[in-house]
Amino acid sequence: MTTTQGEIRCLVAKVGLDGHDRGAHVIARAFRDAGFEVIYSGLHKAPEEIVQAAVQEDVDVLGISILSGAHDTLVPKVMNGLEEYDAKDDTLVLVGGVIPEEDREGLKDEGVAAIFGPGTSIEETVEYVRENAPER
Amino acid sequence: MSTGDETLLEELLSGKHRALARTISKIENRSPGYRDLVSELYAHTGDADVIGITGSPGAGKSTLVDKLAETYRERGETVGIIAIDPSSPFTGGAVLGDRIRMASTVGDMDVFVRSMSARGTLGGLSTATADAVKAMDAFGKDKIIIETVGAGQNEIDIVRTADTVAVLVPPGSGDDIQTLKAGILEIADVFVVNKADRDGADRTVQELREMIALDDGGGLGGGHHGPDASTHHGGDDGSPEGESERDSAWTVPIVETVATTGDGVEALVDELAGHRTYLVESGERASRSRKRHAEEIRTLLREDVHTMLEAQLERSGGVDELADDVRRGETDPYTIANELLSPVERCLERLETERPTRN
Repeated sequence: MTTTQGEIRCLVAKVGLDGHDRGAHVIARAFRDAGFEVIYSGLHKAPEEIVQAAVQEDVDVLGISILSGAHDTLVPKVMNGLEEYDAKDDTLVLVGGVIPEEDREGLKDEGVAAIFGPGTSIEETVEYVRENAPER
Repeated sequence: MSTGDETLLEELLSGKHRALARTISKIENRSPGYRDLVSELYAHTGDADVIGITGSPGAGKSTLVDKLAETYRERGETVGIIAIDPSSPFTGGAVLGDRIRMASTVGDMDVFVRSMSARGTLGGLSTATADAVKAMDAFGKDKIIIETVGAGQNEIDIVRTADTVAVLVPPGSGDDIQTLKAGILEIADVFVVNKADRDGADRTVQELREMIALDDGGGLGGGHHGPDASTHHGGDDGSPEGESERDSAWTVPIVETVATTGDGVEALVDELAGHRTYLVESGERASRSRKRHAEEIRTLLREDVHTMLEAQLERSGGVDELADDVRRGETDPYTIANELLSPVERCLERLETERPTRN
């Protein structure tokens, strides 16, 4: 069955040590208002916790918010974990936060589908998810 | 069953987490083939203890469930948790936040937490929950906990999926207990006064105790026991058959907990185990599961017939057309219903003569 709009499940995750969750809250609300089911991880999660939640909740979309600058160590850990549980291929992984231009290519090689930096509009993000959420 | 679903079933039974997660998604979405899948699951179920936790928002359900899971894990048992949150009736969207409070067992894949939203489907959620419980049971979970806000009939139906129901009552509910007792308090097998370190906890316990005493005397719940339920001695003479829903042989215990620190959680685990023993020994477990399966059959039939009738409505020109006829005063809803149902009735009459036999 193709995933219909109302059935898109997302995990909005804060990984690592930074405590800035305003962006994650805004995204969680926007996704909810778009009709998605949103699971919010809470602050300061380890990559393993994010993987556990993403696998168990069988989410279509995993949005990771990182503002600490540790994306180049945290994201690969999440991606490897997803692969371990056979969940990497059909989970759309997005990264939001401050990601320097030179790091973006590396993250995409890891399997991140898109990176949304500061200034990205909510509508753009929602639209991206609608168009790219994996069909199952 | 499709080969994809066969693989899924195999993987689920062999303990692959991804397969359990995907199966629950299929159940939630009612994806094609989910019925065959669930019906295959049944043969592998029946071993898990299913516990329902309900209570008002903010009563501390998620935190308590987290501590329960931790305690079960320490005892070497595996745990499945289904956390149900309301969804927005306007967009269908939902933020499922129970997971945030389940921090004691993170990184432990033997605690499988699944969030579900109400999705605005009438009655559908209790079927989906029951099926998700089956999936976790077949997967091999020892304890399955269903957590839901006790806010209405829908939630009560969900929590009835459980063998043992714990109702959380926060301290200081005071007079609220009076208004509660007609609703979710009746489904409680165990009362939990959570946040027991707060003011008013003693009074809440006292009020609950009085209420239970009344209940044992057959006073509470009106027609619940019927006029002949004069079991004032409160003894364990309860015969399993023909009893009212609340067997008088079980006196609902009250457990005081402080979920944030874990105080009283061991006691709660013991009471839950005690209720399970009671269910088995009194034969109540069998009679409850019979009731539950009867309800499952009815619900499925209702949904199936509903689907068939919707198709029949489409064939007779759609409901809008018919509604317009009623509006113009040409006919009325009863006549239309009769007309649409008459072929079904004729079919059933024909079946009367040739009784169906089970294969």
